[in-house]
Amino acid sequence: MSRTVGIIGYGAYIPRNRIKVEEIAKIWGADAPSYKKGLMLREKSVPSPDQDTITMAVEAAKNALKRCTINPEEIGAIYVGSESHPYAVKPSGTVVAEAIGATPSIHCADFEFACKAGSEAMFVAHGLVKAGLIKYGLGIGADTSQGAPGDALEYSASAGAAAFIFGENDLLAEIEETYSFMTDTPDFWRREHQFYPQHAGRFTGETAYFKHSLSAAMGIMEKSGTKPDDFDFAVFHQPNGKFPLRVGKTLGFPKEKIETGWLVPTLGNTYSGASPLGLTAVLDAAKPGNRILMVSYGSGAGSDAFIFKCTDKLIEVQNNAKLTRDYLDKNQKYLDYGTYSKYRKKIIKNA
Amino acid sequence: MGITARNWREYPQRYRLEAAKCSQCGKVFFPPRLICNQCKSRKFETIKLPGEGTVKTFTVIRVAPTNFIDEVPYAIGIIELLEGFSTMMQIADCDPEKISIGMKVKLEFRKIQSDGEAGVIMYGYKAVPVSE
Ligand SMILES: [Zn+2]
Repeated sequence: MSRTVGIIGYGAYIPRNRIKVEEIAKIWGADAPSYKKGLMLREKSVPSPDQDTITMAVEAAKNALKRCTINPEEIGAIYVGSESHPYAVKPSGTVVAEAIGATPSIHCADFEFACKAGSEAMFVAHGLVKAGLIKYGLGIGADTSQGAPGDALEYSASAGAAAFIFGENDLLAEIEETYSFMTDTPDFWRREHQFYPQHAGRFTGETAYFKHSLSAAMGIMEKSGTKPDDFDFAVFHQPNGKFPLRVGKTLGFPKEKIETGWLVPTLGNTYSGASPLGLTAVLDAAKPGNRILMVSYGSGAGSDAFIFKCTDKLIEVQNNAKLTRDYLDKNQKYLDYGTYSKYRKKIIKNA
Repeated sequence: MGITARNWREYPQRYRLEAAKCSQCGKVFFPPRLICNQCKSRKFETIKLPGEGTVKTFTVIRVAPTNFIDEVPYAIGIIELLEGFSTMMQIADCDPEKISIGMKVKLEFRKIQSDGEAGVIMYGYKAVPVSE
């Protein structure tokens, strides 16, 4: 009989800088109201110049450690999923592990799979705990993604991180089921040495995001014998505001079950952090016994699905670290496009 | 390579805020020392500095060294982390004009500098206002 494992600690991190859709649209002569309506997105987070995937991953991991009482040295694996690892060669996870005091008896790898690198990290970390190979596993999704100036992606590509510690005892949320759905679909890519990604326009919708998100969601419900009515919350990958609502509607999830983890209207698309951050916001608000469906999506393309069931212990630790909505809704600092360009190194200095 | 190696040796302090507390008189050293300058003891225990503190004093840098010119104006402060123990660090993510003595800050992991465009990135802690 296989063991029951789940989340024993979770944490989020979102930078305080924001830029509004209007501020980007006015530079490119674009119509802000139609972008806001089309994307269902009003503003996005922007990292400070001294923040990257590693620094945000460390802060999210520290918050996850505040929600449990483990010795970080007992974490047996750390996986950081991102499409914006600061180094081309040299792992992000080594810095994170060192910073939280989890070295040196630990397995480490960085994951990449567009926006689902974070859920991959979660999947592998929990799997190793379930197999009995490690006591605790840490999976992190973090990104400081960029869209090319003037491209539709520039309005949504944002920054944030979410971290999850998996274990066998003192669970906050049990993992009841997992399922992954993947095909080779070239909807979005970035070749080596290219600064900004390319995407195949409308191709990114039906055959990519919707097909994989829906198939993963239906697959996990079939595998577990559940239906939308059995869930209190659902979190889907959120590249814009519309897509996750439409996936939810197609599956039969009312908007009320999606809104708690629907951060994108004021956060933007945090890529590898997107559905994981949505999950942290749900865990911040969930009650014992609540069941959560999470489905990530990464271009290329694939989706990882999880079913979580919250335990009595969850409500004891929710306030032990800063809540995701507090990062999102408080102390924001609004940037103009000039400052944003400087922060994101979009200004070329040919001295 | 000198800066990269030194940065690596200082990971316990830079990454984890590990300080040495004299086992005899209790004085805290950051970075650690071999001999306590107060009681001459050579016995220390490792403690982790807290992640929050208050600004004791600060100055605003407007003419910065090469690695920091894009950051001006920025503030460097003396941050009191424990009763009677302070250390110096950058105060980030805020308008320097809004910093005040006694202000509450939390410490966040940030990029401190990098060894040029192609070199190693050096990380550590900066103070960030709890709310501006
Ligand atoms: Zn002493």
